[in-house]
Amino acid sequence: MEYKKNFLTPGHNACAGCGQLSAVQAVMRALSADTILVNATGCLEVTTTAHPQSAWQLPWIHSLFENSAAIASGVKASLRKKKKGTKVVIQAGDGGTYDIGIGLISGLWERGEEILYICYDTESYSNTGVQASGSTPWGANTVTTPADKKSIGAQQVKKDMIGIALAHGLNYIAQSTAAFPDDITNKVKKALATSGPTYIQILSPCVPGWKIKTDEAIAAARLAVQTGLYPLLEYSNSQLSSSSINQNFQAKPVDEYLKMQGRFRHLKTEDIAHIQKNADKNISIYKI
Amino acid sequence: MKKNITKTSFLEGSRAISLTVANIQPEVVSAYPITPQTHIVEDLASFKASGKANYEYLRAESEFAAASIVVGASAAGSRVYSATSSQGLLLMIEVLYNASGLRLPLVMTVANRAVGAPINIWNDHSDAMAMRDAGWIMLFAENHQEAVDLHVISYKLAESLNIPVTVNVDGFILTHSHENVIIPSKLQIKKYLPSYKPKLGTYLNPKQPITIGGFFSPEYYWQEKARLDQDLKAATAKITSAYHSWKKILPSPLAIKTIFDNGLVEYYGPQKAETLLIAMGSVSGTIKEALKKQNKVGLLKIRSYRPFPAEDIKRIASRSHQIAIIEKAISSGATGPLYADVIAACPTVKGIFSNHIVGLGGRDISLETINSIIKSSQHEGLKFW
Repeated sequence: MEYKKNFLTPGHNACAGCGQLSAVQAVMRALSADTILVNATGCLEVTTTAHPQSAWQLPWIHSLFENSAAIASGVKASLRKKKKGTKVVIQAGDGGTYDIGIGLISGLWERGEEILYICYDTESYSNTGVQASGSTPWGANTVTTPADKKSIGAQQVKKDMIGIALAHGLNYIAQSTAAFPDDITNKVKKALATSGPTYIQILSPCVPGWKIKTDEAIAAARLAVQTGLYPLLEYSNSQLSSSSINQNFQAKPVDEYLKMQGRFRHLKTEDIAHIQKNADKNISIYKI
Repeated sequence: MKKNITKTSFLEGSRAISLTVANIQPEVVSAYPITPQTHIVEDLASFKASGKANYEYLRAESEFAAASIVVGASAAGSRVYSATSSQGLLLMIEVLYNASGLRLPLVMTVANRAVGAPINIWNDHSDAMAMRDAGWIMLFAENHQEAVDLHVISYKLAESLNIPVTVNVDGFILTHSHENVIIPSKLQIKKYLPSYKPKLGTYLNPKQPITIGGFFSPEYYWQEKARLDQDLKAATAKITSAYHSWKKILPSPLAIKTIFDNGLVEYYGPQKAETLLIAMGSVSGTIKEALKKQNKVGLLKIRSYRPFPAEDIKRIASRSHQIAIIEKAISSGATGPLYADVIAACPTVKGIFSNHIVGLGGRDISLETINSIIKSSQHEGLKFW
């Protein structure tokens, strides 16, 4: 692969083996220099912009946790007024996307602004110390959904953010994981070539949050796809146009994915069977 | 000066503001409707729809989003405008602190209204006081003409100082009433306020990438906060010069003559008043009317609440025996916020200071109310009227 200028330079202070930073590098490879980045509060902001330094080689703004969608709308409006075609890309975590920022994302999508929103899905509030978010899957042990004698861990079902994006009629929606950098790069390129708002969600294993080893983030992100729990997906004009649950798909059992992660270590056989059902459901829904 | 330039029109306050804002020619406008701000943003939408104005007008899904949209547009180098009131302002608060911290030159009208509960749509200054510490320049208008003037001046201040500015106009009392007012033309404004062209390297532009809103550790954070405080205090001189240079372009033939006016404060009354009333906003008009029958009482109108003109207040207050602070907000469990600021500005002033909380939730302030306050200013303490 041909590498262009590195828009996120080395020298950031993310954790060793961070899944998100790998995913970000794959996103950056799809961007042109004529891009403005809008970042929500979170790990990516904290680890790349310790003043007076910055790892960003593109114009970059962070305002607040929940308002990156509206900030991007304002940036886009300014560019429109100046008749500039500069691309605007939002980067946020799952807390900023599924929970606190969701109202403003809905506003952005309703306004129809041509802005790519990327959610790096770590399935928890990684930056504040791994509390549960609307994206945390059932059974995960987090510090606000602790698994103990009387608790399985997170009791809610992971919010269907892709479904919410579909309900807004977006022309391009995709899902990927940090284990598939070329898939991420291609999807970002496609999103940027699509009119109107677009959404990409990337499963980004968090080493301390998932309680995995520093060399396991990519393996975990790959298993998420191989088990069917987090398939690679693509919707063009509201239709499922590409899926890793294809004709050659041979699912791995979910316990291989769950057992490598400390956040699921407490689960019993019947709990794992319950999660297997979710994977099986995905395999039937996303078959293409 | 051509005759038609100083033509007065009998206009609703909101219309006077919206016409002025349109002539200032912001590039991006975003707002969310809330009474009594609505007429301003409805007007701006209609100017856009009819082709009279060509700003980008973004419908926001909340005040929080509207404020964020103008922050984004300002960071990308555009002149921006928003307006809100009451609950809407409170919903924006997190963004307002952010805008001043990022040193973005936003200008926003606040149509001042009470804050619930109990829910109430009428005028007081509770909403403005909720953003007192947000690091904005906060100006208060007495009447329609002052509201018009302060909007033009606000852009001059915001864009030269990189500090956001809010123009406070009393809800309904100014926004929904009609007065004779002079609307400055685009040409007059342009002479005073050139198009906004921030320097490359100070805003989001791929030609020279910069990082805005990075992470500040303790050793840097306090420096940024101290700088904003210093810059706000230094802005007092700029407010005076911006005010005077604007009034040369657009004098107010209708204004009541005052003894002293430096843009920050205005003094009306005898050279040496036994009793000094201190107030902000439209109640100043009521007070001036009441003072026509008083020869020992003066009014110190505070036009710039932030930065707080402490030196002017101290100097003028030291000439009087009684100083009555009349205000439309209360810091529950303490005093009125303006009273607290005046006391802090006057540590060596010997007079009797009293605090009068008036007009909460639109409660009527009559000439009789003002006369009663003057009588009661012999005594210290706080009183609701």
